[in-house]
Amino acid sequence: MRRMPWTLVVFAALLVVPLIGSRFYTFVATDIVIVSLFAMSLNLLLGYTGLVSFGHAAYFGIGAYACALLMKSANAPFLPSLLAGGLMAAAFALLFGFFCVRLTRIYFAMLTLAFAQIVWAICFKWNDLTGGEQGLPNVPYPSMELMGSAPILGNFRVGDHYYLTSLVIVALCFAALRRIVDSPFGRVLTVIRDNPERAQFIGVNVRAYQLAAFVVAGFFAGISGSLFGIFNRGVFPDFAFWTKSAEPLIMTILGGMGSFWGPAVGAAAFIVLNQQITSYTEYWPLTMGTVLIVLLFVFPGGIAGTLSGIVARARARSGRGGTSEPVRQPRLVKPNA
Amino acid sequence: MLEVHGISKSFDGFTAVDRVDFSIARGEIAAVIGPNGAGKSTFFNLITGHLRPDVGRILLKERDITGAPPHRLSLLGMGRSFQRTNIFPKLTVFENVQAAFITHRRRGANFWGRSDRLYRAETEALLVSLGLADKAGVLSGTLSHGNQKQVELGIALACDPEILLLDEPTAGMSAAETRETIRLLERIATERSLTLLFTEHDMEVVFSIAQKIAVLHQGRLIAEGKPEAVQQNVDVRRVYLGERH
Repeated sequence: MRRMPWTLVVFAALLVVPLIGSRFYTFVATDIVIVSLFAMSLNLLLGYTGLVSFGHAAYFGIGAYACALLMKSANAPFLPSLLAGGLMAAAFALLFGFFCVRLTRIYFAMLTLAFAQIVWAICFKWNDLTGGEQGLPNVPYPSMELMGSAPILGNFRVGDHYYLTSLVIVALCFAALRRIVDSPFGRVLTVIRDNPERAQFIGVNVRAYQLAAFVVAGFFAGISGSLFGIFNRGVFPDFAFWTKSAEPLIMTILGGMGSFWGPAVGAAAFIVLNQQITSYTEYWPLTMGTVLIVLLFVFPGGIAGTLSGIVARARARSGRGGTSEPVRQPRLVKPNA
Repeated sequence: MLEVHGISKSFDGFTAVDRVDFSIARGEIAAVIGPNGAGKSTFFNLITGHLRPDVGRILLKERDITGAPPHRLSLLGMGRSFQRTNIFPKLTVFENVQAAFITHRRRGANFWGRSDRLYRAETEALLVSLGLADKAGVLSGTLSHGNQKQVELGIALACDPEILLLDEPTAGMSAAETRETIRLLERIATERSLTLLFTEHDMEVVFSIAQKIAVLHQGRLIAEGKPEAVQQNVDVRRVYLGERH
């Protein structure tokens, strides 16, 4: 039995969202796509390396400011600005991470938080560069004339064009992240997550690898922030505030940090829940908190973890072979003994 | 192979290891014994780079390794297993051992290749020699204690060590598992001409495979030599085997 190529199915489904023709759906879908990259970048630390960062918004914010400043003030084209946003975030992740990986567990988490608050304070106060409290409004959309002149796409609004642009960029980032977690480097990260002490004794320089993971996660958070700043039509100090750091953490726990796609699922659930609940009640944080508590106790693997568990059990019952994702079965052939 | 010259280590005024000299030749199987609190673990952690000695020098293959971090020692040919089983519980048995091949051969910095195809044959061969072939796809954290110890040995061996330090290799094992482990260790040490240094509380194990024994008591080395000589040593009988004069 061939496995359903779910990734491609979901991607194709997302590509046709603008066809619905609703401004609202495109808006929500853009939000989900961009923010899911933010959550997925955090999970490289949380789920794969075992590092809890409370300050991931710093890199989201730095990317957003860098990209927005280049596009707004320097009239730089979109793709170089986007890349610069990612690289700037990665550079700061290298600088801050250098100190953070010297500490472990809760101290690591608190130091990431401290650095993020410094970033927030600078964005808040440095009026000349960041616009201070007022932020940077009116970040321009990238020029997407190519899409405007294409058939079918030509009829879409500029918001739809930006959605498709973001979707393709985020998909490429996910492909890159998948490649990274499946690589030897990714295996070393999981080894560190499981047992840093033992990892040292198979020749792993734990701090160096943690720092590398921190920089990669910072890069993708920066890309996500850059995309979000344009989508939001403005960049504000709140992008780097500590509550913003909590969002990808909640999404990742909601979706399940044990699986690759968990954080993206969590981001979608978080944003849709937010939309739905706020239309019924003003007590959105209270409701979200309740949902989280229930999830943590009833479904510790998150949405994605629970779903893949159900699928695995169903397959085992129907005896159609195939194993669940978490318990991978490498084929073992005995060497000619 | 390994030489230790006058190393000491104190914690807050308490001297855990006190001016210990010790050496082990290539291919030798040596045991460090002593009552609880004698400083065995500290002695081990000093050699393996988890702790830095206050004074003294440690040489591995005539190279000064005093204070070198564990990941460097691993690359220099020192392997270690831990007293409390120390594996990667959320990875499969196969991945545990394969990860050690990847890191030891310095392929870990490759972030664009595929990890699942690396060192398959080597990993499979090692698992077969450890008797773990049928458990390759199992999450290692779900295995029995004895099997986990075997996985840990597999991780250590994948790093192709010349000297292997084992901290209580049979701790928590049943009598049958202990015998099996000892046979396995002996076989692997001979096959790979490994130098073995281990701590152990089970005297039967110690006297069945050790060619040389060092006895620690209150941080000091009180005897060193062949098993028969150590057994006859008056100091050892007094402080360790519980005989009073």
